[in-house]
Amino acid sequence: MLLIRCPYCEEERPELEFRNAGEAHVARSANMVGESDDDFEKFFFIRSNPKGIIYERWRHMHGCARFFNAVRDTVTDKFVMTYRAGEPKPSKLPKNSNEGLAK
Amino acid sequence: MSGALRIPGAGRLSQAKTARFSFDGQSYAGIEGDTLASALLANGVHLVGRSFKYHRPRGILSAGAEEPNALVQIVRDDARKTPNVRATVQELYDGLAANSQNRWPSLSFDVGAVNDLASPLFSAGFYYKTFMWPKAAWKSLYEPKIREAAGLGVSPDRPDPDHYSSRYAHCDVLVLGGGAAGIAAALAAAETGVRVILADEQAEFGGSLRFESGAKIDGKDGFAWAQAAIARLGAMDNVRVLPRTTAFGYYAQNFVGLVERVSDHLKAPGHDLPRERLWQVRAKRVVLASGAIERHMVFANNDRPGVMLAAAARTFLNHYGVAVGKNVGIYTANDSAYGAAIDLKKAGVNVAAIVDLRDNPTGPVIDEARALGIEINSGRAVIRAGGKLRVSSMTVQPKNGGGERTIPVDAILMSAGWTPSVHLFSQSRGKVAFNDETKRFVPGTYAQDCVSVGACNGTDGLAATVDEAYAAGARAAKDAGAKAAKGVKPKVDASESWSRGMLGAAPGAGPDTTVKAFVDFQNDVTAKDIRQAVHEGMRSIEHVKRFTTNGMATDQGKTSNMHGLAIAAETLGKPIPEVGLTTFRAPYTPVTFGAIVSHARGPLFDPTRRTAIHPWAEAQGAVFEDVGQWKRAWYFPQAGEDMHAAVDRECVGVRNQAGLFDASTLGKIEVVGPDAAKFMELLYTNPWEKLEPGRCRYGIMLREDGFIYDDGVVGRLAPDRFHVTTTTGGAPRVMNHMEDYLQTEFPHLNVWLTSITEQWAVIAVQGPKSRDIIAPLVEGIDMSDEALPHMSVREGKICGVPTRLFRMSFTGERGFEVNVPADYGQAVWEVLWAEGQKHGATAYGTEAMHVLRAEKGYIIVGQDTDGTVTPNDAGLDWAVGKKKADFVGIRGMARPDLVAKGRKQLVGLKTKDPKVVLEEGAQIVEDPKQAIPMKMIGHVTSSYWSQNCGRSIALALVAGGRDRMGDTLYVPMPDGVIEVEVAGMVFFDETGGRLNG
Repeated sequence: MLLIRCPYCEEERPELEFRNAGEAHVARSANMVGESDDDFEKFFFIRSNPKGIIYERWRHMHGCARFFNAVRDTVTDKFVMTYRAGEPKPSKLPKNSNEGLAK
Repeated sequence: MSGALRIPGAGRLSQAKTARFSFDGQSYAGIEGDTLASALLANGVHLVGRSFKYHRPRGILSAGAEEPNALVQIVRDDARKTPNVRATVQELYDGLAANSQNRWPSLSFDVGAVNDLASPLFSAGFYYKTFMWPKAAWKSLYEPKIREAAGLGVSPDRPDPDHYSSRYAHCDVLVLGGGAAGIAAALAAAETGVRVILADEQAEFGGSLRFESGAKIDGKDGFAWAQAAIARLGAMDNVRVLPRTTAFGYYAQNFVGLVERVSDHLKAPGHDLPRERLWQVRAKRVVLASGAIERHMVFANNDRPGVMLAAAARTFLNHYGVAVGKNVGIYTANDSAYGAAIDLKKAGVNVAAIVDLRDNPTGPVIDEARALGIEINSGRAVIRAGGKLRVSSMTVQPKNGGGERTIPVDAILMSAGWTPSVHLFSQSRGKVAFNDETKRFVPGTYAQDCVSVGACNGTDGLAATVDEAYAAGARAAKDAGAKAAKGVKPKVDASESWSRGMLGAAPGAGPDTTVKAFVDFQNDVTAKDIRQAVHEGMRSIEHVKRFTTNGMATDQGKTSNMHGLAIAAETLGKPIPEVGLTTFRAPYTPVTFGAIVSHARGPLFDPTRRTAIHPWAEAQGAVFEDVGQWKRAWYFPQAGEDMHAAVDRECVGVRNQAGLFDASTLGKIEVVGPDAAKFMELLYTNPWEKLEPGRCRYGIMLREDGFIYDDGVVGRLAPDRFHVTTTTGGAPRVMNHMEDYLQTEFPHLNVWLTSITEQWAVIAVQGPKSRDIIAPLVEGIDMSDEALPHMSVREGKICGVPTRLFRMSFTGERGFEVNVPADYGQAVWEVLWAEGQKHGATAYGTEAMHVLRAEKGYIIVGQDTDGTVTPNDAGLDWAVGKKKADFVGIRGMARPDLVAKGRKQLVGLKTKDPKVVLEEGAQIVEDPKQAIPMKMIGHVTSSYWSQNCGRSIALALVAGGRDRMGDTLYVPMPDGVIEVEVAGMVFFDETGGRLNG
């Protein structure tokens, strides 16, 4: 069971309190009707599924109930960092966070 | 007397404490502190089971958790018949009853042993080759027969009467393994004051100190030192000592699963004790001190009862005071077996000979053995064991061939060397590394905050082990935040020498193909099988493993993996690391379902939700159905009625007079705030801005892909307040869906969402008399059709309590849904019911509700839709706001495939024979005479007998359905083809006049 830091509650809580909500930073278009089929396909169906660092959404379902974003290494399952929904995708990750990065 | 082979003065058990037990019905005496294995051996019983595949007689191989052979069934009572218990870990209690497994009619005469003679049929991979034809026979014949024949124990057929418990624990340093290494590490960590948990799978701590007679620490005998250290640790407030506790799984972020066997060793466990306790431990640092496991020698008939690991024989002698034979032979490729020879000789057991595969072994133990007068045959191999139900001899030959000599023995004690137990390290995702010099896999790259110490780390020698472990324990404590330690490192005064050993098949293991030299005892895998797998093309050890099943039994190959790997590598002509090691997986030893499930079973498996009106329905004799976690009244049978009759009566009653229905389980969400209408516009297909307060609308919610996700009637209570209803099962996911969009896509909207499902009880009053029933009880609401038309909502009072009164209908009749605070639910229901009795009202359940709505063609999301149905498919285009610029699903709905012609559309079906009721889920075809497989053009989603229509009715998804009105289609069923006519979805009151009448 993973420990996940909720950026709203500001503490690590067990995985049981959380629910994964898919990949993060997939923005819904402000002009949905005008989206091309290809763009809609990318928005709705295509996900990165990386081996290594993934940016994903979680919800602190049985806590504050807030959605937030997390950076996780899919190789080690380690959470590199978490941050609040709406904050930009971090351009730099904390040091030592890429130990498990797949080559 | 507790067994003829108990040696007075040997071992650590008190002879005074006798415990009687039985094995296969025969009564024996043992001593408290025995394991079942040691007690059987004390009575000279070696034959304890039959092997998995060949039904060969098997004895006790080991003295610990690695035991592959001695699996027995422990029977406490009718419900407590635990199969596959390793006799080497089952502690003896007075009255213990055990049975052998996998034999018929008896252990010494087993008919299944014919498999041994027929073994050429059962060689490696035989499952994959032999039972391929005919295909259908696998399920019906081969698999059941194989499972019956290749049995382990028998599962109990009654519910488990024991209870299990579960605890979470946090600590700074978790030490796994309570031998010299684990104890030293725990001492070092504990002395700093940090929180320490020390666990060991045995009843007593000490690990290999149980048998190492030559160990001395801090001036004490090794085992006595261990007991003193454990007593000291146990007395410390910051330490938890867990005996009989196996770490079975090492998970992410230093989360370790332990199972503590609390009462399996007790004669009469009290009901206050759980049988087992699951510990889920989160540790800042983990010290792995899991030791090493001795390997057997691979030679012909090395599975005969009486052939066992040397250290096991030594444990039985030095700890339990039991001689495993009277005239033993030793077969070894390393020094450690000499300890067994020396200890047994000193205890008065005749040691017939030591056979050492090494050419000229030297060292203190060899000298000591020689000095005791034991014959040492170096450079020689045991090429086969004699005897059947018990070993009777060993045949010795120079390892490069030559004259044979057969030596009579009643036990062979063997040691090929020691395999570091890297299971937990490997489970932690650490990578093992092969040490070419010592020929063993040891921890290499760590993935988690843990450290391996002692034998599991490939560290040889007691002094080096204690040094390493003590330093590691102190370091782990420091890393977990401890200040400097104040303790004193234990001093090792004397220890025994350890050395390398060998891997793979010894000379007695072939190449003769009829020889059975076992690598994996539990799965009956021989050296020949491994070679054959390679010859048949298996290259990776993962393939060899699956083809031969080597290491795949419940012992997980603790004794067999390295031998199997070495034989495969030799046959392939490759170095061992290139062939690779199979992955270690949890659990380390089998874990009961009980421990994992703990209290979460029966009524505690899942919460049961009951409405406020549930007790009334129960008192009326309602039959309930499960809808998600809810118990819902299904129908209300009266005397002599079956379900069919009850539902018919309820359906007719609602349409002729009135019906009361408990709709409390309906999901309800309040959407409140200045931007509530804007939010509703985005989440539902319908327009909401212009809906006047006091009016309702049927809303459809889509997913972004354009498919129907949920539906329900929404009432606007005020400009900034919507009372949203959802499907019963959909409430939590709809709430999650709304929260997701509100928090992440539309956070600029000023809206609050509140689940009010459980706050409001909902009583649906439906039927022509519904207003007459409600009106006298309502205050502050004008009940006239003009003031309260269909699809409107008012707040006021009913029976003196607050209500949100909806005029709406899921039956097609004039109808109301009376929302009252849940605490008043039953009281208001009872008043409405009493009032209803004056008008002939009936209570109806979910089945009648389903029939009534189907008569009107009202869909149920999740029954008539399946996540691939658009509003258009469902005939609900009218509910999609055509002028809206955006809503969730607007773009998905416009995808080419979703607007293509020929999509499945929801239509009505009428069977040509009105008495025939279709089966829900039945497939529909155009031409019933076409060849199989037929082209299926749709399926039945809802189907009922409608007493109101006097015929059966059905809804179905049919390709191009709305263009097929009046067409005849066919539903092929096993007992004949049913003819149907495509019809509209409304079967009753097509003009909808009754909604207002």
